[in-house]
Amino acid sequence: MHGSRMSIWFFIGLLLTLYGLLILAAGIAEWAGGHYPPGVELNNLHAPVWWGSLLALLGLFYLVRFRPGRSDR
Amino acid sequence: MHMLLSFASSLVSGPLSALAAFNAEPLAHLRSLDIAIIAIYFAMVLWIGFYLKGMSNTGEGFFMAGREMTAWIAGLSFVSANLGSLELMGWAGSAYQYGILATHWYWIGAIPAMLFLGLMMMPFYYVSKTHSVPGYLHLRYGEHARIVAAISFATEMILMSGVNMFAMAVVMQVVLGWNITFSILVSSVAVALYVGLGGLRSAIFNEVLQFVLIWAGALLVPILGLVQAGGWTGLKTRILSNLGSDSYFHLWRDTGSFSANPMGVHWTGIVFGLGFVISFGYWTTDFLVVQRVLAAHNLRAARMAPIIGSIFKMAVPFIVILPGLLGLVLLQNADGSRRQLVGEDIVAACAAASSGTPADPASCSAAMSHTTLPPAYQQKVLDGVPGSELHSYNQALPLMMVRYLGPGLLGLGITALIAGFMSGMAGNVSAFSTVWTYDLYKPLLNKRGSDSHYVFVGRLSILLGVAVSIGAAYLVMHAHGIMDYVQALFSIFVAPLLGVILFGMFWKRATGLAGFLGLLLGIAFSASLFMWVKLNPVNLKYVALSEAAKPMAENVFRALWAFLFTSIIVILVSAFTRPRPVAQLSGLVYGATQLPTEEAVPFYEREWFWATVVILIFIALNLIFW
Repeated sequence: MHGSRMSIWFFIGLLLTLYGLLILAAGIAEWAGGHYPPGVELNNLHAPVWWGSLLALLGLFYLVRFRPGRSDR
Repeated sequence: MHMLLSFASSLVSGPLSALAAFNAEPLAHLRSLDIAIIAIYFAMVLWIGFYLKGMSNTGEGFFMAGREMTAWIAGLSFVSANLGSLELMGWAGSAYQYGILATHWYWIGAIPAMLFLGLMMMPFYYVSKTHSVPGYLHLRYGEHARIVAAISFATEMILMSGVNMFAMAVVMQVVLGWNITFSILVSSVAVALYVGLGGLRSAIFNEVLQFVLIWAGALLVPILGLVQAGGWTGLKTRILSNLGSDSYFHLWRDTGSFSANPMGVHWTGIVFGLGFVISFGYWTTDFLVVQRVLAAHNLRAARMAPIIGSIFKMAVPFIVILPGLLGLVLLQNADGSRRQLVGEDIVAACAAASSGTPADPASCSAAMSHTTLPPAYQQKVLDGVPGSELHSYNQALPLMMVRYLGPGLLGLGITALIAGFMSGMAGNVSAFSTVWTYDLYKPLLNKRGSDSHYVFVGRLSILLGVAVSIGAAYLVMHAHGIMDYVQALFSIFVAPLLGVILFGMFWKRATGLAGFLGLLLGIAFSASLFMWVKLNPVNLKYVALSEAAKPMAENVFRALWAFLFTSIIVILVSAFTRPRPVAQLSGLVYGATQLPTEEAVPFYEREWFWATVVILIFIALNLIFW
């Protein structure tokens, strides 16, 4: 997609950032409170924290890289 | 495609009847964070539809996405249109049953055909500037071939959309306990809105979004599973000790005889049936996937798109096959013993009544006697002991998700499944809209409409398509026998179409009458073979060369015979009819077309370079997992 239109990668960046931050926040709350969801394995690895961080970072990269108004998309 | 059909078919005979008897406990319970994640997804797809509406007011904009997609977007959309949730769940279940052999459907069953489409066929599809595959047949063979193909495509797509819708609703009921009508209405309204507003562009954008979501939602499952299993080596050791066979880890080694591998297949069937007829038929002629590549912004992008798609296709087994294999050793019952999944028919036979015990204990006991479930566990099932319910192979992926994904991550995983379902529906509906408008309405009903009129008809046909799909979904739900016919549609149609398109593109001598008769008689021949076996199952030994052939083998062999029959018709009729002058075949046929000169690019941007890289990786993977 070209010109001043919003790129699909911008939408993807926005979605990943939102999801990443929500999951990261939930993971931090779990870790801090020590209350883990019953029945879920490998809670000790704190997957929501690092997976949420990864999604948020990837999303932020796309959000900035393909923000509306940039010409090199 | 085949997985979608067989999965949907198994749903009809399995959980639906079970759920009719008793509203079973869902596999997962969503928290408010999970619901928020799903709601954000719906808001995003609708926003994209409204945002793109302004760019979809012309025929090219609405039906062909303005032909301005980059190779990456077209390529991801191309592979994503095929990567529905049923594919994910169905193949994870197949990996649980058959091991790594299921990977053939992702590698030899896709990669060569995708490369062939990009390198050899795309120039003719693209240079001819056709709107659709039936449109190409019109240019190459004339009006009659186009009409036959368009009617077949339109019927197949609308029924498939309904099957997809129905299957999604059943999965959502089994996994989350959602009401079937609620799931059908919410998903169909969302699809009608975003495709109706933004056309193909909106469908493509959402397919790319879906592709990213599937990886974001599903990748964590094999990673955590491998950590728990002790890596790849640990997984192999556990499977060997639990199942006593290493056939689960070999793609080719045990395919020299039907009985030596878990799937019961022979390498000739994999190479010729799957690798050629089924795979080439689907990836190079099914308009649902080809339409995505036609939206590319230039010929080089159109040729690169399937090659880019093939790279991602090769990686999909990591999030599909691996969770199935991991499920074999990691899924546990409430008492800590290894959980054994069973077929949908066993789950249906043991559907519980309101008391918690099987509604028909005799049938349940008889069905379980054919499984390897331990006798003690079978007794627990018959006694209705809480936590001893049966789960099917198709539930391997959701069960693995529930095992590792907590609040938020589970919502993301479920969103990935919903996105996959909706994308499948949207793909079918957008392709239906194009075929209906350009290949049926325009030539048969109104040849002189304005561009805006056809866009209006296209939008209307999306609403109509969604409405008919909902009807098809309920039809499948209430008349189970219909599914067999829907399932057969694809395999009946694909082989004759592949035959006439290959002869059309690569043989200048093929004539219009030959193309039309080849397609029509090929479809009739294929349908006759289907009905022959349907009316008298004994005939299976003639069609599939074995009385013990499974439905997949029957489809493969029927496709092979139909392809050969179509080829003979095209050759014979062409021999006795006058071909078109070569000058009229420019842009349509190999050897009669001067392809446009493309700007010189470095070698690492050329399609042949990347196709070579893909082929080398493909060969290496097959050797590594030999």
